[in-house]
Amino acid sequence: MNIIVCAKQVVDVAEIKVDSSTKKPILVGVPQKISDMDKNALEEAIKIKEKHGGKITILTVGAPDAKERMKELLAMGADEGVLIPPPEHADYHVIAHLLAGAIQKIGSYDIILCGEASIDMFSGQMGPRIAGLLNIPQITYAQQVTVEQNKVIAERNLGEKAIIIESPFPVLITVTKEINQPRLPSLMAILASSSKPIHEWPATGVTAEALVPKLQTLDIKGIPMQRKNIIYQNDLDQSVGKLVDELAKVGVLR
Amino acid sequence: MVLVYSDEKKLTLELLHKASELAKELHKKVIAVAVGHDEHATEYLEHGADLVVVAETSQHQFKAEEYTSILEHIIKEHSIEIVLIGSNKNGKELAGRLAAKLDAGCVMDCTKLYLHDKKLTTERIVYSGNAIAVEQFTSHPQIVTIPSKVFDPLPKNPHQKGEIIKKKFDSEHSPSKIQRVQEMKSEGVNVEDAVIIVSCGRGFKKKEDIKLVSELADVLKGRTVGCSRPIAADLKWLSEDHWIGLSGHKVKPKLYVACGISGQIQHIAGMRDSGVIVAINKDPEALIFKSADYGIVGDLYEILPKLTSAIKEKMG
Repeated sequence: MNIIVCAKQVVDVAEIKVDSSTKKPILVGVPQKISDMDKNALEEAIKIKEKHGGKITILTVGAPDAKERMKELLAMGADEGVLIPPPEHADYHVIAHLLAGAIQKIGSYDIILCGEASIDMFSGQMGPRIAGLLNIPQITYAQQVTVEQNKVIAERNLGEKAIIIESPFPVLITVTKEINQPRLPSLMAILASSSKPIHEWPATGVTAEALVPKLQTLDIKGIPMQRKNIIYQNDLDQSVGKLVDELAKVGVLR
Repeated sequence: MVLVYSDEKKLTLELLHKASELAKELHKKVIAVAVGHDEHATEYLEHGADLVVVAETSQHQFKAEEYTSILEHIIKEHSIEIVLIGSNKNGKELAGRLAAKLDAGCVMDCTKLYLHDKKLTTERIVYSGNAIAVEQFTSHPQIVTIPSKVFDPLPKNPHQKGEIIKKKFDSEHSPSKIQRVQEMKSEGVNVEDAVIIVSCGRGFKKKEDIKLVSELADVLKGRTVGCSRPIAADLKWLSEDHWIGLSGHKVKPKLYVACGISGQIQHIAGMRDSGVIVAINKDPEALIFKSADYGIVGDLYEILPKLTSAIKEKMG
């Protein structure tokens, strides 16, 4: 079983501070990590490998420092990594072509696993885009995956209902956070992972096309949060009384 | 031409409003697409579509590969420039695949959409609710997904004239197939339409204690209980239809009461558009207070019963 896991290095959104005057997020100096659901995707890949054998390749489009983060994924249980530095101007369209091009260059694959979305942008289009470019079936928002000899059966979580889909290989699956709990690598695994390779492929080596973005980011704006922030402390009976009076006054107790 | 598609009728009607506005500005027409059946076609015309294309296909349930190929076909045939798709999970996987097939730009979960320098410009929330990305398309076609409730449907206009075309599609056959559909455990709660919501988070020690929240919800006549991620996704004390947040439901009630919720940005992203926000938390430093109009610092096990009886008294 050849499994490819697409993983993205992102800023740790929980560590983002907001500039109090401009309300814009301060993105410089924020710690980087592998996006949460991409780790769920790798955990699922490791489980499949444990049962069926095979090879797990991590595929990342990112800056050279992403290599450090990729090492954590090799320690978790991936076999090797491929890192592609993005061109200066890149959007979803460009990155999807790079990932799909690299997957074709890898050549042999049964399952491609991705997170349902990345925690920084939370767009969720990369998985379906790659499946579309490769012209293979896609199963998104999987909360359960069962791999058999010639097919995979996965449960798509749509909130009020679950759709159970089966597909032959190759197939692309995006997973939710609930599918599993990603393992923490042992010290032994961390030491052993240093001998696993991370290949660097130039963008020009994976796609022949000159890729031009279809979208341009004009601005990253802050979000004004105008709330009254009236907080009552100390005496609870008084606090409750004041709160109820206020709520009645603003007309929500009808 | 501006195309509108969603597998939900309500979302289609909402999108038709925005599509009509854009079409008017650009002197274009609006096409709504219905796949499989024509039962809502007339309604789509009455709410802003100039043309409804009913795609007749053997694939009756939504499936990304087949539905992508149907839309791809219609987009090429009608020279569609703007594609608006309802942003539920089916819509998003459809939009992503379609964008790849058409080599098009795609913006997901767009909350604002307008023409700036005659170019389609979008706004969406990024960085877990900390910022808004303003993006502009540089080529056609342009694909945008829009969540429910961002726009209201236009009032019905029974005199609006339009055309309904039925067309058979031999869509691509994907090697994957739907085995079965399973109803998820649900308590039939619709938080997205609720006017008053009382929500619970990790501040509750056990499942039974959630009754403190439902009792308050009852006296508020809202009767709707919401929750943050851990309660629905990890502890499973409530079904996922109660879950409010970035990955759960986005809500806009006139009153939102957050009890024992710390206020992670993911949760705030789901409730920030509420009218009045009240927070109850024992930690005075809890993030939720920054997003609240009113707050009480203290033990929710003491506060909630007091609040419930005080409101009951006030409301008579």
